[in-house]
Amino acid sequence: MANDHIDITVEPGEVHALLGENGAGKSTLMNQLYGLLQPDEGEILVDGQKKIFRSPRDAISAGIGMVHQHFMLVPVFTVAENIALGAEETRGGPLGWLDRRRNRRDVLETSKRYGLPVDPDALVENLPVGAQQRVEIVKALTRDVDLLILDEPTAVLTPQETDELLAVMRSLAETGKSIVFITHKLREVKAIADRITVIRRGRTVGTASPDTSEDELAALMVGRDVSLEVTKTPADPGREVLKVSGLIVDDERGVRAVDGVDLEVRSGEVLGIAGVQGNGQTELVEAIMGLRAARAGKIELEDADLAGRSTKQVLRAGVGYIPEDRSLDGVIKDFTVAENLVLDLYDRAPFGNGFALNPKAIDDSARERVSQFDIRTSSAQSTVGTLSGGNQQKVVVAREMSRPLKLLIASQPTRGVDVGSIEFIHNQIIHERDVGTAVLVVSSELDEVVGLADRIAVMYRGRILATVSPDMPREEIGLLMAGIVSSGEEEEDSK
Amino acid sequence: MSTATVEELAEATAPDRFWNRQRRLGAALVIIGLIAAVIFGSLAESATARFTLSEDAEGAALSINGQFGAILFGIVTIAAGAALLAGVAKRWQTLLLCLGIVFFVLSFLCWQVAGKFLPLVDTVSGSLELALPLILGALAGVLCERSGVVNVAIEGQFLMGAFGAALVGTLATSVWAGLVSAVIGGVIIASLLAVLAIRFLVDQVVVGVVLNLFALGVTGFLYERLMQPEALKYNQPPRLPEWHVPGLADIPVIGPVLFDTNLLVWLALVLVFVVHFGLTRTRWGLRTRAVGEHPTAADTVGIRVRGLRYLNVLLGGVVAGAGGAYFTLVSTGSFNKNMTAGAGFIALAALIFGRWTPFGALGAALFFGFAQKLANYLSAVGSPVPNQFLNMLPYIATIIAVAGLVGRVRAPAADGVPYVKS
Repeated sequence: MANDHIDITVEPGEVHALLGENGAGKSTLMNQLYGLLQPDEGEILVDGQKKIFRSPRDAISAGIGMVHQHFMLVPVFTVAENIALGAEETRGGPLGWLDRRRNRRDVLETSKRYGLPVDPDALVENLPVGAQQRVEIVKALTRDVDLLILDEPTAVLTPQETDELLAVMRSLAETGKSIVFITHKLREVKAIADRITVIRRGRTVGTASPDTSEDELAALMVGRDVSLEVTKTPADPGREVLKVSGLIVDDERGVRAVDGVDLEVRSGEVLGIAGVQGNGQTELVEAIMGLRAARAGKIELEDADLAGRSTKQVLRAGVGYIPEDRSLDGVIKDFTVAENLVLDLYDRAPFGNGFALNPKAIDDSARERVSQFDIRTSSAQSTVGTLSGGNQQKVVVAREMSRPLKLLIASQPTRGVDVGSIEFIHNQIIHERDVGTAVLVVSSELDEVVGLADRIAVMYRGRILATVSPDMPREEIGLLMAGIVSSGEEEEDSK
Repeated sequence: MSTATVEELAEATAPDRFWNRQRRLGAALVIIGLIAAVIFGSLAESATARFTLSEDAEGAALSINGQFGAILFGIVTIAAGAALLAGVAKRWQTLLLCLGIVFFVLSFLCWQVAGKFLPLVDTVSGSLELALPLILGALAGVLCERSGVVNVAIEGQFLMGAFGAALVGTLATSVWAGLVSAVIGGVIIASLLAVLAIRFLVDQVVVGVVLNLFALGVTGFLYERLMQPEALKYNQPPRLPEWHVPGLADIPVIGPVLFDTNLLVWLALVLVFVVHFGLTRTRWGLRTRAVGEHPTAADTVGIRVRGLRYLNVLLGGVVAGAGGAYFTLVSTGSFNKNMTAGAGFIALAALIFGRWTPFGALGAALFFGFAQKLANYLSAVGSPVPNQFLNMLPYIATIIAVAGLVGRVRAPAADGVPYVKS
């Protein structure tokens, strides 16, 4: 059950934050409100009238709009086509001949009225995510919504873009529209919400006013006191473990994704890479791991050249890898926990002899890891797909940290992971640092990078714009993430 | 050691920058141009090649010395390739590529026709006729696949259409009843495809293959048990009438091809325009493309994804069924077991070669039709080139297209992916 008797009321003109962890049931609730899912029980009242939403069509006609976490835009369509879709202006008649001029004009009008600049003729696939999000909002607004649901809208934005979005939400609320803002980021909730409803495990656990402290909100959200700060001692960097120089990598479309990156990570330190998603971080990590061919440049692990090596060779050279997309690259969901824990060493003693597996060794080791890494599973023989996101991630962490490592690469290590597991995983990463491993953390969550890293490299359009200290004010790091280098800043990568 | 590796790496990957698509195509054209000029040129007889503007050896003709023509057109192909290699503006690329291929074909023809004649009108109208089922089949594919349902069952729809047309056309002694039954035959297969693929989420390629075998079995059985014993009663449908448009039919070359022909040719050509403008300019088209690219996005704006897919698959059945009528009502005049002989798969190839667009499909179908016609001609005049080589052309062209040599081939993003609400 994703939702268990939730009550929520949204007033006209208010920004109502729906706060909860990943998997708490926020999105499920809103998908019911938007007609994508049908509730088993309970009712929805709009302006005091009972409504039944069988499909989004019903929700739209009742004045509800939604901006989904994963944008619902057709990449190969223009902005105007995407906005018109489903509510097309036609020249009348049975043929439904599209009236492109009127569709375009409607887009421009809405865009101007609400101060959301969009280019109606641009192809959506060519737009940066911030612009795609504006398109989504304009799309909802052209349908004359009274209630706008925004599902995790800030996940893909820079801090500056987030501020802009919050301003837009505020001005929309002032025109009398109601806004439901789904998030798990406490800072944003406090900045914008008029009222806060906290959801945990499918239940409403309380409502709060925006002046509630972050710690209190977090405790409500998680159900116990949590420390939001990563506690760690100052780093003690040793020898240089990873050295990347002049690295150039193209993405699958042949577009340059990593454009001359130099970085080094020393043993016993965490280098964090901050940046908005899609600025080359994925390709950088994949190139180091041998998952993607580099076009040029050097990747050295303690003087051994990693360029051109297979991923297996890279792993065996002492690199641990927590991939950014857990379900795609981290675990095999139909395999058991035990099997997933030996994906890296299945062909080595004691787990295998190159011909047959040794089930006993695999099981014994799995049981040990399950307790050591606090993996909440009914048994080591359960398939990984039945575990929660946080526990799946712990399986990955357990596997990668059970080898002797020289370097650990953690890419979005806590994406889609509950707060309790985040704490645990962060502590494991810091522990790995403290025993002398070099750690490279890539995350689009600035808080995570600031919390973990001893040095922060900000990546923008395939380049490292600057390497800064985590004590640098958030705003300045945010500016770097948006590609703005202030004049006083020393630019490492001068063009 | 490590520096050497980096340099090797740079060397292995850097040429891609220089050898972009344009240069690769240019180089390919230069090579085939050389083949044309040298090999075709040296093999060709130094005799006149006559391209007559009629259906036989009579009348006005375009004549050229075969050997001279083979060398000349080969050189023109090389020139087109060289221009691509040297780098020209983007808008000229496609034109140059087409010109290069056309002149290569001309060079080949000069070699083959030297000392003989090639009736142009017959070649063009024959190519169009052979392309006819391919155009309709590929259009059916466009309708299905742009909405996200892979249609491998075109072959089965052809067979059912051809069978229905023959049976009902004979029984009712009406070609129009035959045509309508052909459409119904196509729709039967299409509705099975739709229900299994959209409702029951069966793998669409597997369903397509199964439906092809089903159609082959059913029509083969009924043919052997019903039609073969009493062919006069069940298997002698009337033929589609040829329409001779007075005046227009007398225009040289174009006249006999376009204005002295059967209804199906017109239907196919009109449908190409209808589907093209339908897809790009109407509400139905916008929604169809949205459903084929990103069904969840379409659902969230209130579009009925499955309903639209049903509609499009059935429309595809209508078009493919009409394509099946070609085999019995136009081509041979009676049904025969497995008479479509893989045409449905060539139509599928035309769909992919034509990049899922109606005009692309038309072009690809015409090209395949031409290759087929040329193969027939070559075997008739006893050419040293085995006609099997020409019969291979559609498939080679499709492999080249899918390999991405002729521009990026991108299928609708949700093609073949069933839509399930999460």
